[in-house]
Amino acid sequence: MTTGAPASEDYEGIILAENATAEPTRRDFLYIATGAVGAVGVAAAVWPFINQMNPDASALALASTEVDIGALQPGDSLTVKWRGKPVVVRNRTQKEIDDAKAASLSDLKDPVARNANLQLDAPATDANRAAAGKENWFVMVNVCTHLGCIPLGQSGSFNGWFCPCHGSVYDTAGRIRSGPAPENMAIPVYSFLSDTKIKIG
Amino acid sequence: MSGPSTYQPQNAFLKWFEARLPIGGLIHSSFIVFPNPRNLNYWWTFGGILAFMLVAQIITGVVLVMHYTPHTTLAFSSVEGIMRDVNYGWLLRYLHANGASMFFIAVYVHIFRGLYYGSYKAPREVLWILGMIIFLLMMATGFMGYVLPWGQMSFWGATVITNLFSAIPIFGETIVTWLWGGFSVDNPTLNRFFSLHYLLPFMIAGVVVLHIWALHIPGSNNPTGVSVKDKQDTLPFHPYFTVKDALGLVVFLIVYMWFVFYLPNFMGHPDNYTAANPLVTPAHIVPEWYFLPFYAILRSIPDKLGGVIAMFGAIAVLFVVPWLDTSKVRSANFRPLYRQFFWILVIVSIGLGYLGSRPAEGGYVIASRILTVYYFFHFLVILPLLGLFEKPKPLPASITESVLGKGAANVTAGAPAAPQTK
Repeated sequence: MTTGAPASEDYEGIILAENATAEPTRRDFLYIATGAVGAVGVAAAVWPFINQMNPDASALALASTEVDIGALQPGDSLTVKWRGKPVVVRNRTQKEIDDAKAASLSDLKDPVARNANLQLDAPATDANRAAAGKENWFVMVNVCTHLGCIPLGQSGSFNGWFCPCHGSVYDTAGRIRSGPAPENMAIPVYSFLSDTKIKIG
Repeated sequence: MSGPSTYQPQNAFLKWFEARLPIGGLIHSSFIVFPNPRNLNYWWTFGGILAFMLVAQIITGVVLVMHYTPHTTLAFSSVEGIMRDVNYGWLLRYLHANGASMFFIAVYVHIFRGLYYGSYKAPREVLWILGMIIFLLMMATGFMGYVLPWGQMSFWGATVITNLFSAIPIFGETIVTWLWGGFSVDNPTLNRFFSLHYLLPFMIAGVVVLHIWALHIPGSNNPTGVSVKDKQDTLPFHPYFTVKDALGLVVFLIVYMWFVFYLPNFMGHPDNYTAANPLVTPAHIVPEWYFLPFYAILRSIPDKLGGVIAMFGAIAVLFVVPWLDTSKVRSANFRPLYRQFFWILVIVSIGLGYLGSRPAEGGYVIASRILTVYYFFHFLVILPLLGLFEKPKPLPASITESVLGKGAANVTAGAPAAPQTK
């Protein structure tokens, strides 16, 4: 428990004396090299314990899902679960499309499309948010970009989506218009297999 | 922990044992003869109450695990099974769930007691920081425990809180995926939270040992804030403070049991009796009550990263309180201005808690912003300046003088049966 003060002073005195006079010795080199090998070894041993928490093979395997959208009339939506998250597929009404087109990029809090089918920096125009060439079809990961709640459809002041948790308001193209969310809701990778069937993921 | 032990075992086996592992002497010097200031009031009994609550939570938790299944398809129904089928399962679960709330009530009293009497000041800074580490571990444990029943509040609480890390620039999404073990809160998340919920209480117990060790170096602070000057300022821990702590504990247990038997769901949320549904967020989600002040701070900032920084900052600022408070006087009893600001802080903290439970709209948001600004203003501006401008009241010369009045100290010193001479 007790370390004698005089003894430790003596000890430090010896070290200081050595450092003051001597060039780095072979022993110094061996200390550092051994320490470096040890640090690398510890890092290598720790990595499996960290990486085991990343998504496992079964989670990564649930990568795509097919949806029949033939029954959706304008104004209808359906929700499918993809990677544990709800993906909404909506057949938008003409008014919703017009409202979304009316917004200029300068009105938007996040001017980037966040569409996984397009380039990362594509602007958040309605054409870049809706299905390519089928502006009534709208596919989106229905997860608020603030803290991950599920926004309610066809509500809020833009009649798009409204997050009940912290009040983020999205328009009819799922773009953030007000509230704490930083980004537009994400558009997943998807493709039309036929006019009535899409594949998400 | 308190200098050389005077422990002299009489029994031959104990003598033999003590020579090999002097644990009897450690207990004797730490919890029997340890000198405590003679003027400790009932606010000082919360340390013992917290130690009791930690043990109670570990015991009830260990037996609940004997009946709980950590899988998304079975967790909710296994908890219902505990409530309906397991012998006394309803009691064990209500003890554990309400125990968490009572643990936090006690820790908040303990923290505010420290703030009032300046218990964080030199030489107790490390003691205070260890306490704050325990507080952080308690919050992590409480949060993960609330996820385990896998109700709607469990699921969406877990989603919102883990998503806080997505506010971190560049690495945010990677970190959140790593925390989840998938692309949303799911079975891997439940499994790891269960594992950590079982681990963390034992880590808390480890830090509690360090906390008590750090306490026993300078000894307890006291209501005057004046340091112990000689032996007549103190009384031995047993029986004086074991008995005082026991009375405080019994009164505390009456309140705890009142909740367990009469209002077992008062501090919970009815939505958590609905099984988790990853496709529907409840209309109004709130964390457990003991997180509400921090939740209000999070929501008061209209920016995602800013909100997260403010929330963690509200906790981080507590760690540096020993260096923010520039006053040499410990106890608020002798600091006329600090005393008023302390009570304003208490009211502001409770107000933030109330606002955290309200929807994030209109006047509630404005009020949370005002109170959030005040919260930080208290620690970052008022505390440092007050020490420079406040004129403290005169301090008593000693603890004994504060108890018995001037001149009385000499009388007790000569008293034949002074208890501390045991």
